[in-house]
Formats: sequence, structure tokens, C-alpha cells
Amino acid sequence: MKLLKSIAFYALVVIIVVVSVFPFYYAILTSFKSGTAIFEVDYWPKHLSWENYRLVMTQGSFPLNLLNSLFVSTVVVLISLFLAITASFALARVRFRGRKLLLLTILSVSMFPQIAVLAGLFEMIRGLGLYNTLWSLILAYMIFTLPFTVWVLTTFMRDLPVELEEAAIVDGANSWTIVSKVFMPLMWPALVTTGLLAFIAAWNEFLFALTFVSNNDTRTVPVAIALLSGASEQEIPWGPIMAASVIVTVPLVILVLIFQRKIVAGLTAGGVKG
Amino acid sequence: MAQLKLTDVRKSFGSLEVLHGINLEIKAGEFVVFVGPSGCGKSTLLRLIAGLEDISGGTLEFDDEVVNHKSPAERGIAMVFQSYALYPHMTVYDNMAFGMKLAGGGQDEIKRRVREAADILQITPYLDRLPKQLSGGQRQRVAIGRAIVRDPRVFLFDEPLSNLDAALRVQTRIEIARLKERMADTTMIYVTHDQVEAMTLADRIVVLRDGYVEQVGTPMELYHTPANLFVAQFIGSPSMNIVPAKATTEAGKLVVEPDGGHKVNLNGAGQGVSGGAVQFGVRPEDLNIAGEGQLMFEGPVTLVEQLGESQLIYIDRPEAEEPLVAKLPGNLEVKRGERVALSAQPEVVRLFDEKGKAIRL
Repeated sequence: MKLLKSIAFYALVVIIVVVSVFPFYYAILTSFKSGTAIFEVDYWPKHLSWENYRLVMTQGSFPLNLLNSLFVSTVVVLISLFLAITASFALARVRFRGRKLLLLTILSVSMFPQIAVLAGLFEMIRGLGLYNTLWSLILAYMIFTLPFTVWVLTTFMRDLPVELEEAAIVDGANSWTIVSKVFMPLMWPALVTTGLLAFIAAWNEFLFALTFVSNNDTRTVPVAIALLSGASEQEIPWGPIMAASVIVTVPLVILVLIFQRKIVAGLTAGGVKG
Repeated sequence: MAQLKLTDVRKSFGSLEVLHGINLEIKAGEFVVFVGPSGCGKSTLLRLIAGLEDISGGTLEFDDEVVNHKSPAERGIAMVFQSYALYPHMTVYDNMAFGMKLAGGGQDEIKRRVREAADILQITPYLDRLPKQLSGGQRQRVAIGRAIVRDPRVFLFDEPLSNLDAALRVQTRIEIARLKERMADTTMIYVTHDQVEAMTLADRIVVLRDGYVEQVGTPMELYHTPANLFVAQFIGSPSMNIVPAKATTEAGKLVVEPDGGHKVNLNGAGQGVSGGAVQFGVRPEDLNIAGEGQLMFEGPVTLVEQLGESQLIYIDRPEAEEPLVAKLPGNLEVKRGERVALSAQPEVVRLFDEKGKAIRL
């Protein structure tokens, strides 16, 4: 019975791993093929060809798109973390009328599907004169990154002991010092996790990126990959597309691997009895 | 170094008033303990003095200067929290230096003061450690050190020992007593619900109940001349035996007869008590079974608690739920069920009127 249980468990694990990893594995495999080899079904790499990578990185504006994506995602993460930390301090620690209502409003913003706000947002971005710039995307991405960063950080900050804040007040710290010197170091795990999620969300976003930017040089990678074209209209350049996909996935994998170690639970252990 | 004056200090949370006009003067360099049962407002009062809570009414003065609206740092207080409240991500050194760094002290000055405080508390070997690498007692010493470094005008303790185990509590209590000697000029206020801490540490004790000050006095004043029933029962362990009694005057002297007990001739006249119902109080440690003094009660022993150097014997009183307690030397042979006679010197008897106020004899 016990054996059966563990067999079932590992079978399930294998299924989950295959379903989630196989597509990416096949993309890597395809990216190293060239010519007609692409249309042969292989499960193991036969010979490595860097041709697709060379093509993607030299032709067109893909390297520029990559930098655009990096810029947009990084700025989105920085601004939303900054706003979320300051907002969550107020929402978690300052008593004011309508605090709960405000929190619920923030949460409800994340319920709107992107397509529902697309038209209105487009008008807003035109009005602000941000059309066809990366700032339009940064502004638009805040709409879906801020609700969850604010929520997660508010929950986290609420759990930090009040005595720590009071000890800091007694030590003569003002609100900003409390947030930056006392709370932020303790919130590292939460900051890393929410920051990473915000980064991934901004990195992957397609609809806004397609709509608010029309110039090839200002596009971000998800759109750039979709718009990669071959020599003729009829040809879909699978090789370069797969190479580009691998290139945009690698930074995410690296980020997760780096910060996985930083996400250390129990960082607050020891400061307060309990 | 500061002297404090509280004038009609009130605190309300919404419509609920928890402190009802506290008047109190604390002399410079004094060690004052606020004591009382939980919910009496002692911690709230401390937080008002610290500046962590707003004062709803009345004035708080430090050295004749009203500080109602000043921040804790401006008041120059330092506080030791029950839960230590050390910054978990900072080393012991940084924890202690944080306040001075914010105040903009020079590097050398900060280093010197932290070293000095660490020496006093014997935590120098731990200066580079994080709080989580320390034991509970060490953490509390770091918390005290953090307060010392700031060289405060008023040093506040909020139940600093209640998170420690019994042995460590005694040890840390002695350390705080030593600290009090070292920092004789610093005014200290200490909140506790533990009357042993209050008795051993305080220059003066403030007994609080339900947001009112019940009595202020030196430990021995509270022990010998409690102002009312509450203080009488709160100070001393086990607490004072209280028995309803009838008082009469015979030949100008007061005679009281506790319910179910024997008549006791008191030496004093008992001003304002010509007769009638009173509460008769006698401490367990003042009672003896050797017949010294006047006979007061008789009855069978229902329970004996042997503590080694002493023993507590419980004598049921059929008229009341609460048994009488007597604290006797541990080497006396007393058995359960044995009938004993309890006597005491008449001077140790305390009388209280119907409202619980002490009657001066």
C-alpha cells in the first residue's frame, strides 16, 4: 500500500514535470536545428547549430527589443515596489478612515481583464503623449503589478511586530527611516517574491505591448517574437522564433535560481520573542 | 535625571476611558514601579509617558516642561520592551548604536558608548552576533544596553522579565537592581504585574487598579500601611487574610470580633469607628500556632503546602469560601485535619471600613 502510494506520487510528479517542461525542452531542441531538420521529430539533440541564434541576434531589431523588455520590466519592478512599500506601510500601520475600502478597491482593480481597460487606457496614453514610447508600457503594467504587490506587502507588513516599530520610534526614527532601515531589510523575502512576479508579468505581457507601441525599435520581446517573419510571407521562421523564445526565457530562469536562495524564511526569527 | 509630573492625566480609547485622571510626581533619579493586575492601565500609563500613545487629557511634565506633544526621542526616553523588540537584521552592536546614529552622534562617541554599555551588561563578546543567535536573557540585556547607550533622561521598562524563565528572571532582576545603583541619577519607571519585582526594585511603588492610582508609597509603606483593601491584598504573598468583623469600643480602646473568630483587643482607638461592620485583615506570616499574642481563630487544617523553609496551612472557615492562610516555619509538625489555634500580635491587625478604606489605629 505504502509502495503504491509512493509510486502514484512519483508518477504524478513525472506527469507534472513533463507537461510543464517538455514544451520548453522541445523549443530548445528546435532552436539548435537548421534547415529542413526542423520538420523532423527528434527527442534528443543530434548536432548543435548556432545558426538560429546568430540570425536572431544580428538581423532586425531583436537585440534592441530585448533591451526594451529589460528596461520596461526593471523600471516596472522598481516603481511598483517603491510605491507598494510606502502604500503598504500606510495600509498596514496607519489607522485612517476607509482603509479597508481602499484595500478592497485596490484588489478589485486586478479583476478587470486587460481587454476591458484597453480602449480607455489607449486614450489616456494618447492624451499623456506617451504613445509609441516605453513609458506607455511602464504605466500600463503598473495596473496589474501594483494591486498584488500592495496586497502581498501589506499582509506581510501587518505581521511584523508592532514593538519593532515602537522601538524604532523610541530610537528617534521617522516613518521613512522605519520603512527603509527597519522594515525593508525584514521584508526581503516578500520583496524578492513580489518583485519577481511583477518582473515576469511585465516581461511576458503581450496585449498592451502590441497596442501601445507601433515602432519595431520600441517593441518588447513578446511582440517582437510574434512578429518575426521569414524570407517570404508564407514561411514561418520556426528556428529563429524558438531561439528567441529560449533567449527570453533564460533571464527568468536565472533570476528565479538566484533569488530562490535569497528567499529565506524566518528572517524575523530572534528579534521578538514568540 | 528628569523629574516627572503628571497632572490629571487621562487616556481614552474611543469612548472608553482607561485612565481616569492620574496625579503623580516622580523625583529625579527615583526608581518607580507601576504595579497592578492586568488591565489596570499600568502599561498604558507607561506608554503615555514614553510618548507612544497620545494623552487624552491632563498634562505630563518633564522638568517643569510640558511634553504632551513631544515625540519619544524629543522627550529623551529609552524603553525596554517585554518582547525585547531588537532589530532582527542588525548585529548587537548595530542594535545598540541605531538610536545614536539617527541622532547623528560621532562615530567615536557611538563606539565608546556602545562599548561602555556592553561592558556594564557583559555582552561585549556578542557584539557581532545577530539577535537570533542569543538566548532570551542575553537578548533582554541587549535591549537594556540599547536603552543605556542613549543615555536617557527617563528609563522605561515594560515588563522586561515576563518572557524569561524563573531562574533567569531572578538573575536579570538582580542585574537591573545593580544597573539602578550604577545609573543612580537616571529616573526609571518599571511596569510589572509581579509584586516581588515591585517590592525588590522600587524606591516607590504606584499601585494601579482600573485606571485609578490606589496608593503610592515605598515598598514597606505599602506592606505595613496599605491604604485600602485592594493594596492590602495585592502586596504580599500569600495575600492578607480578610475577614468581616464587628468593631466595638471598650474603655476607649477598639475591640474587634472577626466572624467565626475570637475577640481581639487592639491598642489603638480607631478614629471614626465607634462600632459596626469592618473588615479585619491579618497577614499569613503574622499568624502563629504557638499562642504568641492574642488568640484570633481556631479550626481544622484542611491543607498543608510545605515550601521547605516555611509552610502554608489552610484553615476552612465555614462562614466564607476563602480559607484562612497562615505561613508557619517549615520545621513545625502540622498535619491535615489537626485542629489549630491561630494567634497574632494585635499591632499587625489592619482594619478597613465598609468601602475598603484603611482605618488608622
